[in-house]
Amino acid sequence: MDKFGNAPILDINQLTVAYQHGDVWLEAVREVSLRINSGEIYGLVGESGSGKTTLIMAVMRYLGEKGGICSGEILLQDTNLLELNEAEMRKVWGKAITLVPQNPLSSLNPSMRIGDQLAETLHHQLGLESGAARQRSIEWLDRVRLPDPERTANQYPHQISGGMQQRVLIAMALCTEPQLLVLDEPTSNLDVTTQAVILDLINDLMHDRDTAVLYVTHNLGVVAQVCDRVAVMYASELVEDAATQDLFSKPLHPYTQGLIDSLPQLGDTKDSIQLRTIRGQIPAIGKGPPGCIFRTRCPIAIEICETRPPLIPAGKSRSSRCHRWSEIEEGTISAKQLSHNGESQRSSPFRESPTLEVDELKVHFPLRRSFGEWVRREPGKKVRAVDGVDLEITPNRTLGLVGESGSGKTTIARAVMGLVGKSEGSIDLLTLPLPDKLSQRELETLRLLQMVFQNPEGALNPYLTVGESLRRPLLRLLNLSKIEADAKVATLMQAVQLPHEYAERLPGHLSGGELQRVAIARAFASNPELLVLDEPVSSLDVSVQAAILNLISELQSDHQSSLLFISHDLAVVSYVADQISVIYLGTLMEVSEPGELFNAPHHPYTEALLAAIPLPDPSLRSAPIHLQGDIPNPVDHPGGCPFHTRCPRYLGEICATQSPPWQIDDKTGKRIYCHIPLEELKELQFEMKSPRPANTD
Amino acid sequence: MTTGQRSTDLSLGTATSWWRRLLLFARRLFSSPTSAIGATITLLFILVAILGPFIAPYGANEIIASDARQPPSSTHWFGTDNLGRDVFSRVLLGAGEILLLAGLGTLLAVIAGTLLGLLAGYRGGIFDEVIMRVFDSLLALPALLLALLLLGTVGRSQNSVLIVIFVVYTPIVARVVRSVVLAVKSQGFVEAARLIGESQAYILLREIMPSVLPTLSVESALRFSYAIFLVASLGFLGVGVQPPSPNWGLMVKEARTYASQIPWAIIFPAAAISIVVIGINLLADGMKRVLQATGNE
Repeated sequence: MDKFGNAPILDINQLTVAYQHGDVWLEAVREVSLRINSGEIYGLVGESGSGKTTLIMAVMRYLGEKGGICSGEILLQDTNLLELNEAEMRKVWGKAITLVPQNPLSSLNPSMRIGDQLAETLHHQLGLESGAARQRSIEWLDRVRLPDPERTANQYPHQISGGMQQRVLIAMALCTEPQLLVLDEPTSNLDVTTQAVILDLINDLMHDRDTAVLYVTHNLGVVAQVCDRVAVMYASELVEDAATQDLFSKPLHPYTQGLIDSLPQLGDTKDSIQLRTIRGQIPAIGKGPPGCIFRTRCPIAIEICETRPPLIPAGKSRSSRCHRWSEIEEGTISAKQLSHNGESQRSSPFRESPTLEVDELKVHFPLRRSFGEWVRREPGKKVRAVDGVDLEITPNRTLGLVGESGSGKTTIARAVMGLVGKSEGSIDLLTLPLPDKLSQRELETLRLLQMVFQNPEGALNPYLTVGESLRRPLLRLLNLSKIEADAKVATLMQAVQLPHEYAERLPGHLSGGELQRVAIARAFASNPELLVLDEPVSSLDVSVQAAILNLISELQSDHQSSLLFISHDLAVVSYVADQISVIYLGTLMEVSEPGELFNAPHHPYTEALLAAIPLPDPSLRSAPIHLQGDIPNPVDHPGGCPFHTRCPRYLGEICATQSPPWQIDDKTGKRIYCHIPLEELKELQFEMKSPRPANTD
Repeated sequence: MTTGQRSTDLSLGTATSWWRRLLLFARRLFSSPTSAIGATITLLFILVAILGPFIAPYGANEIIASDARQPPSSTHWFGTDNLGRDVFSRVLLGAGEILLLAGLGTLLAVIAGTLLGLLAGYRGGIFDEVIMRVFDSLLALPALLLALLLLGTVGRSQNSVLIVIFVVYTPIVARVVRSVVLAVKSQGFVEAARLIGESQAYILLREIMPSVLPTLSVESALRFSYAIFLVASLGFLGVGVQPPSPNWGLMVKEARTYASQIPWAIIFPAAAISIVVIGINLLADGMKRVLQATGNE
């Protein structure tokens, strides 16, 4: 019982879970305690490898053969889950505890209609007759705000979008009125505008419900937006537990502080602030240091930290696993990590002509003509991936390209690199036109133009050592001798802060962040004029992401390269870029300086994007502007303004039929592709302040 | 440790690491009983093929007229056939020929199949389309039918048997290699190599080939065992290697007429065929298991 007299729905007490690895048992969750009250949304945050997934699998009693619960107890109201056998657990699954997984498509039966799947759950769990179950399932589809519930009920899972699939799963998880709902990264695979809609839905649905919710995520912004309480996990341990507001305004564990500082805030730019990072990396399971688990990475570790701290109650209803929490609270010490160098001084460009100039670029992929089209002699359909885009990057500057999946941002990168051919328009590098095909480009052109790929695991040959991968561009593009190349490899490894013995290792032995460092070193090896980075940090954990972003900025100022930085994350792009282009469905919507991004007028799409970002600050919970529907298929390209089908500020006829003009705002220098006059936009849009949490500095 | 010592360690390191990898591979292979049996059988037959001419007590076509149709005994371990030839000696001497023919044929098929598979998978387009459709039409015919067809046109000799193995197995190897190439070629590391202007040959052989090798080695072992079976089958049908060669298939064919009188003249060569084919198959399974486990590390 807590002081309000509420009995917790879920009460985990000193739970330890271990996995068998050969002859030894490694602890993946160590002495974790947490309580979730009825109607509470409880956030569980941690980076990959922190043990958060193991914890929920233990709650579900679904650990697999090699996992076992060593000690502790898990109480669901009055039932001790650890005492139940499998037959009894079966009654708990899907009724008392339900789960919404990360990947919705693989959790839905592809051969059953959505309505039937929901009805089956209702019939099985609540014993409803088929007619009543059918009726109830349509009610639930309506409750999760699917636009046309009757129609959706008759569709198959692959016919609806990822966001809609996730809504179906939420309906399925809630329809049995469970005591505990577990959400496992439910929005990680979704675009930011879709994520905003789902988060809003979760907030509303849970509002007056008794269900306790365990929300597992790596995204601090999401936690701040939906959760009432947050627990932070690090290397198998729960290090801090507090009400959301308290945790973000004053974290009492150095790791929490580090996580919050690693996030680029909207409005930060690389010229104003260097991202703080947590030094070192998360220890592998069972390999943590004795004593305080965070000791080796902690900026304020002292002698006492060699003994393991308990989870200490720190003030009212919060706790921290740090010996020095009271000093942090009083403010006598700061757990902020020191940034390792000062402001980067960037020289003014000495050459005025742009490094890269893209003019009216179009990339269309023809689809094979259907038999009917062939008979009628109609032209085949095309996927209009990029549909008339202008870009310009000046020397030593960074252009950020932001867009959701399917917006054509990667296709632009591949067209610049010569990996796909363009259909129309021109691409000039250093004022000289770039040949379309890679094979027509000279070695010197290739040297000037390099790329970092999204997935670091696939970017390095698994059968070549790191050193061999790095040496190759040096031998080919710089014509170095073997000995010179080896010396340069050592310099490169140093520049990306990797120990030199890593040169002998195979990529399989490196972590994702380390692999991305190698990939960045390889791209910078030939000293390119233009570097294209395609989502270089999206697959990395927050603290690793910060280190990589710092590294990129540092190498850029050393090498004086221009960057084309592609990402779906507005905060990341506005941090690294000197200019931001927002792209939607193969067309640019807005071009802005990062400093002006938050000042009206906005393009309605940018406005929606900005509103959709979950900010890591619970005091800034905003009502997002919802975008209806999904990004259209680029085969059926809408006419007029490509955004008109989803635009919240749709004017009428003109948007659907005529291409909008590029309007230039005198005050902010923004260029906006919209029919609505800028003055009008400005009045409609309230001034968004660049949000910085109260606790910083 | 001084720098000098370090560099010697490293240069040794590459050599020893290959040796150690091989040892590790062998140890893992022998850790499972079935693949250990497979490997032992294969090694034993290769040994017999090499040493056969030195240890065989009689010549392949040496006729011991007085001892025709003798059952197995201490002088003729596997008995003698209807002409009075020693079956044990013929089985020993036949191993060399059948393994050499099958091995050489497989090797040629693997080389050609790998090159064509790499090119077809990597280049795609018309080139891929043409090659794969031709191979599809070859694969549509049963292997033995295709073999008979070919032998009808090129005549019956050892060389024709080689050609048959080559034509029958090249498409299969090419398809397997192509499928791996398709999975690998869109990976970042291949595109990164293209972006530094590597030649097509370098990308195929240095970047893509290492990923193909595990699958290819398993496939080659399997093809080898099927090739042995094919050589024996052709011998049995009388369209491959011609008498008086000690081909196992041919031996079964020749003794077939007298099956009730001299069953040993059929049983021993037939057993040799089955044992070696089963052994190599077990070995291929083991290799697949070990390579997959190593790949997951």
